[in-house]
Amino acid sequence: MGVHVLALVGGLVSLGFMVELLRRRQLKEKYAVLWMLVGLVMLVIAAWPPLLDDAAKATGVKSGPNLLLFVATLVLIVVCVHLSWEVSRLEDKSRALAEEVGLLRLEVEQGVRVPDAESRG
Amino acid sequence: MSQRCLVVVPALNEEDAVGAVISDVKAVDPQAHIVVVDDGSTDRTSDVAKAAGADVISLPFNIGVGGALRAGFRYARRFGYQVVVQVDGDGQHNPEHIPDLLAALEGADVVIGARFAGVGDYQVRGARKLAMQLLARSLSRRTGERLTDTTSGFRAFNRRAVEVFANDYPAEYLGDTVEALVIASRAGLRVTQVPVEMRPRTTGTPSHRSLKSTIYLGRVFLALAMSRIRR
Repeated sequence: MGVHVLALVGGLVSLGFMVELLRRRQLKEKYAVLWMLVGLVMLVIAAWPPLLDDAAKATGVKSGPNLLLFVATLVLIVVCVHLSWEVSRLEDKSRALAEEVGLLRLEVEQGVRVPDAESRG
Repeated sequence: MSQRCLVVVPALNEEDAVGAVISDVKAVDPQAHIVVVDDGSTDRTSDVAKAAGADVISLPFNIGVGGALRAGFRYARRFGYQVVVQVDGDGQHNPEHIPDLLAALEGADVVIGARFAGVGDYQVRGARKLAMQLLARSLSRRTGERLTDTTSGFRAFNRRAVEVFANDYPAEYLGDTVEALVIASRAGLRVTQVPVEMRPRTTGTPSHRSLKSTIYLGRVFLALAMSRIRR
């Protein structure tokens, strides 16, 4: 029974943490929703353990904890890949900004006017 | 040299070399408009370049040669330059060859100043040599043109190429040379090369040592594999 209490407390704490981060506007909504979902699932499983075993039976997995481990790993991998993707995108954007800042600085120093016909890329 | 030719010099901490590069270019063509792209140098590169009479695009932090070049291409596009010549800021490239590159632009959109094409005695050995040959062979097949030195940063681009690269110039290490050629061939640009002589670096050490050349080879494989599957 101790494990379930632990899971319940863990779920509650992480859910509370997410709400707090969101309240302080430290977390974008899309990430907050994801982690709150994870926290909720944790809570539900902790509150009603037979659910895990039922789910395991339904999917043909030998034991509940096995299924939990598998799903948890999968979710974490997907989240990690998503974050890598997000960081790559941000790097591209900051690179483009750096280029633009360099160009603008030169233009300001020289006080030049950019030809109107030029389309900004 | 044409009036609307921009010489782009990417430079990172090259305060000892960049001044000579600029005066050498000016010696070849006093009319040349030179833009040094200072890729977040921590030394006096940008002051030296300004004192030598170049315009300087100072990037707020280091973003790599690819980003520095794209800034140069955007500058060229914004101000309507017909031709861009890329000359590295470390003094390796001899500006006397710039007219050769420009002449070759008559029949191509991108011209590479190649180091192993018969002129000069620039040499590399070991894994790095293997890597460079591998790149050359693969990119020759890709572009349909015999290229012997695909990693050379001594290049000339016409207006069409500038348009393509101002929008899309790869930032990845090695990508700036390898993938740029792939992008060029996909965009239907003609790539060719002319033999050039390399000078010994005036300052600093080459960025690759024998120990690092194996890693270099690995990255070449990766870059080639990536360029093959990229959309």
